[in-house]
Amino acid sequence: MVSVGSADRYLPDTVQQAVKILVVGAFGVGKTTLVGSVSEIEPLRTEEVMTQASIGVDDLAGMSTKTTTTVAMDFGRITLNSRLVLYLFGTPGQRRFWDLWEGLAEGALGVLVIVDTRRLEDSFDVVEQLELRGLPFAVAVNQFPDSEWYGADELRGALDLLPATPVVVCDAREHASSVDALISLVEYVSASSLRTPETTS
Amino acid sequence: MSGPGEEAYADSALRPYVITKGRSRPTRNTISIETLLVAISPPRALPVSATREERALVRMCERLLSVVEAAAHLELPVSLVKVLASDLVDSGHLAARSGVPQAAVPDPQLLQEVLDGLRRLR
Repeated sequence: MVSVGSADRYLPDTVQQAVKILVVGAFGVGKTTLVGSVSEIEPLRTEEVMTQASIGVDDLAGMSTKTTTTVAMDFGRITLNSRLVLYLFGTPGQRRFWDLWEGLAEGALGVLVIVDTRRLEDSFDVVEQLELRGLPFAVAVNQFPDSEWYGADELRGALDLLPATPVVVCDAREHASSVDALISLVEYVSASSLRTPETTS
Repeated sequence: MSGPGEEAYADSALRPYVITKGRSRPTRNTISIETLLVAISPPRALPVSATREERALVRMCERLLSVVEAAAHLELPVSLVKVLASDLVDSGHLAARSGVPQAAVPDPQLLQEVLDGLRRLR
């Protein structure tokens, strides 16, 4: 990664279209690492504001009670060709951030779920939510040096994934390995879009 | 493995929304966080009433940049920048490229282009 000064923070003027992929995972699972290892810019951080109806507060006078929470998000960028750029958004997986996905996922190509085998249970909720919301996703198992090695099929069973959902083992610190995880996701989305061209209208 | 303060979050003061006159949603729904922005050339003068943040955003977009990158560089919440960008597109100061796609399922040709681009990276 080269440090980007203000002179080359910009995109080539020929770029016409931007697409995005969300990288979702529990705290410390390696989202930021993966985004950093594929991004052409030093990952940037921004804040998204999330408004939620307060839980357990009665709506007495017809006035909705809402709380506003600011969530930090790290993101990176890959210019894919002269006209197309891809953004990657590292998004927290915890339950309290799920409302954030709604807005972020709109128009996204898909979601890469990063999983740590030492804390597999952290990912159960995330996977279930993505299935419920009908968001296309692939699972990337971030292989930490001190974690036991499991086969993809074993993990598929443990996470109770649908047979078509891709599972890849990756090292989020490695550029090629992280790119491969993204390729698996897009191949899967591409294959599903060809299979069901007009499922929803 | 992760940067310091990952997923730090805090209940924030609402000051940014004073800048948007209390609005939290942009006027047009075609502005997304990855929408690309560029200042209209030749530049049009902003009205005297333009806020500091609006001026900074137009300056930041002197060349092509996404909404979310502009927000990060300006250290402003991205939701706020979406609202400002939408206004500035309406007023003819910024041009937006690539809004939210209309189709629920991405175009196969676009997906192929993404795949080709990613495979070249390896």
